[in-house]
Amino acid sequence: MKGILKLAYKLLVNDTAKFTAMLVGITFAVFLMMFVTAMFSGVLKHASSTIINVGASVWVMDPAVNTVSNSVGMPDYVLDAVRSMHGVKYAVPLYSGGALVKLADGTYQSVTVIGLDDTSLFGRPELVEGKIEDIYAENGFIVVKDAEFSKLENPHIGSELELNDNRSVIVGIAKVPTSGLYGIPTLYTTYERAIQYIPNPRYTTSYVLVEPKSPSDTPQIKKQVEALGYRARTKEEFMQRTADFFVYQTGGGTNMLIMTLISFIVGLSLSGQTFYTFILENLERFGALKAIGTKSRELVGMILFQATFTALTGYGLGVGLCAFLVWLAKKRLPSYAAMITYSNLGIALGMVVVIAAVSSYVGVRRVLRIEPFDIFRG
Amino acid sequence: MPNTALQASGLVKWFGEGEAKTMALKQVSVEAEFGEMVYIVGPSGSGKTTLLSVLSGILRPNEGKVFVEGIDIWGLNSDQLADFRLGKIGFVFQDFHLFPRLTTAENAAIPLILKKKDWNEAIDEAKKYLDIVGLKSRADLPPVKLSGGEQQRVAIARALSSQPDILIMDEPTASLDGDTGHEILSFVHNNVLNKDRCIIVVTHDDRINEFATRILNMVDGKLSGAEGKPA
Repeated sequence: MKGILKLAYKLLVNDTAKFTAMLVGITFAVFLMMFVTAMFSGVLKHASSTIINVGASVWVMDPAVNTVSNSVGMPDYVLDAVRSMHGVKYAVPLYSGGALVKLADGTYQSVTVIGLDDTSLFGRPELVEGKIEDIYAENGFIVVKDAEFSKLENPHIGSELELNDNRSVIVGIAKVPTSGLYGIPTLYTTYERAIQYIPNPRYTTSYVLVEPKSPSDTPQIKKQVEALGYRARTKEEFMQRTADFFVYQTGGGTNMLIMTLISFIVGLSLSGQTFYTFILENLERFGALKAIGTKSRELVGMILFQATFTALTGYGLGVGLCAFLVWLAKKRLPSYAAMITYSNLGIALGMVVVIAAVSSYVGVRRVLRIEPFDIFRG
Repeated sequence: MPNTALQASGLVKWFGEGEAKTMALKQVSVEAEFGEMVYIVGPSGSGKTTLLSVLSGILRPNEGKVFVEGIDIWGLNSDQLADFRLGKIGFVFQDFHLFPRLTTAENAAIPLILKKKDWNEAIDEAKKYLDIVGLKSRADLPPVKLSGGEQQRVAIARALSSQPDILIMDEPTASLDGDTGHEILSFVHNNVLNKDRCIIVVTHDDRINEFATRILNMVDGKLSGAEGKPA
C-alpha cells in the first residue's frame, strides 16, 4: 500500500493549482472556524473572570443572576442563614459593583470594585507590590495590574484616586489569573468600604461565598439555599451559567454558530468542488489503473489518502495561522480575548473530517462506478 | 509454458435490454498462441473493443469462456481478476492514459508499484523498459513534454514493465501520424514480440498489417474466416 499511497500523494501534490486551491479552501475554513470559536471561548472565559479570580467553591446568589457582573443584592439575613446551614464550613459576603474614577485630566473611568469580606479577605488577589493588611488602611484600595491598568494612569502605591467623589489611596498592586471582559480596571477593597463608597440599593450583598465542609455537602447546601428562595451554584456551574447566558441570550452564540457554519460551507464548497474536479480530470486514468489491475479498495484507499492528506494539511495551516494571529494580537493588545482551547481544535477538526469525508465520498463513488471497459471505448 | 496463450469459445455479449438490446459478440471463438501478433480488424461498431475487453478480463461476457494459459479467467473473483490482469496482461490504450503530473519513469513504473515493489526499485526497473523503447533520456520529463509517438512508447514501456504474457493494444496508431504509427508497430514487432509473448492488436489501420502474424476480421459481432484459430 505504501507505494500506492506515494503514487496518490504525487498525483495530488503535483497538480499544484488544484492542491493549492483545496488547501486554501480548507485553511481558510479552519482559520475562520478556529478564530470565531476562539474569540467566543475567550469571551466566555473573560466573562467569568471574577468567578475564577475569587475562586470560591460555591456561590449563593439571587436566582435572576445570569453573569457575575450583573449581581442582584441579597438581604443580610441570607449570609446568616447560609452560615447556619448544615455542611457549611464558612460563608462570607462579596460585593461586586461598578464605580467611576475621576482622572487627573478631569475625565472619568469606569472601574469594577470587588469588596472582600472584612474579616477573612476571602478571594483576595495575589499582590505583586504592597501588603494585603494595608487594605484596612484608611481609604485603602488594591489595583489589579492587568491590560486595563494603564486606564487609571498607571497608579503606584500611594497614588490617590477620586472614586465616586471619595478619596481612595492605592495600597497594593495585584495580579489575577484572568482579566475582565469589559475592558475596565478592577479595584479590590473591603466589603464595608465598598458599600460605603458606592451608592447601593437596599440590599448590598452581591454574593455569599461558601466553603462546604466536604464536596459531598454541596448538594445538601444547594437544597437548603433553594428552600430559602436563592440559588447556590458551584464555581463550574456559575461559569456554565455565564457561558449559557452569552450563548443563548445575547445572540453571540447564534452569531458564532452562523459564522462557523458559513466557514464550514465555504470550506466544503471550495475544497469539495476542487477535489471533485480533480477526480473528474483523472477519472479516465483511474479507470486505466483499474484496467491495469488496481483493486477497487486500493483506489478507494488512494482517494481517502488524498482527501485526508489535504484536509489535515489544511487543518494544520489553518490552526497555525489562527494561533499566529492570536499571538500577534495579544502582543499588541494584552486584553485580547481570543483563546484557543481543545474544544476549538476539536470542533474545527470535526468539521474538516466532514469536509474530507464528503469530498472523498463523492470522488470514491465516481471512481468505483467507472468501468475499465469505458477506457477502451474512449 | 503451453503454446496456447489464450483460448475463448462461444463468447456472447450484449448491451441493454428489451428493444435497446444490442448484440456486440455473437458466439465468438478465438485462439492465440505465444509468439503471435494477432490483429483484430473491422469497421467501427463491429465489436472489436468488446472482444478485446472480454479477452483481457475487463468485461464479463454473457456467455462463453476465456482461458488464459489454462485459467478460466471469468471464474475468478474481482480481486483475483485484478491480480490476473496485473500479472499476465499488459495494456496499451488508444489515448495512452498517462498521468500528466508524474514523470515518464513514474508512469512506466505504475504496474510495478501496484505489484508492491519498492518505489525506488520500481523507478529503476521502469527506466530499463524506457531504455528498451528508447526513452531513457526522457525518464524525468512529464509525458506532456513528449511527442505523441514518444508517449505511445511510454505506454508500451508501462505495459511491458509488468512483464506480461499477453500484450493488448487498442488502436495503437489512432492518435499518431502514419509514419510514427508504422514505426511504433515495427518496434513492437521487432522488440516486444517474442516466443513467450502474445500480442493482440485492435486496429482499423491497414498500413500496419505487415507486422501481423494473423489478421482476424470482425464484422457485426462475428469473426470471419477460420473462427480465429491459428493457421
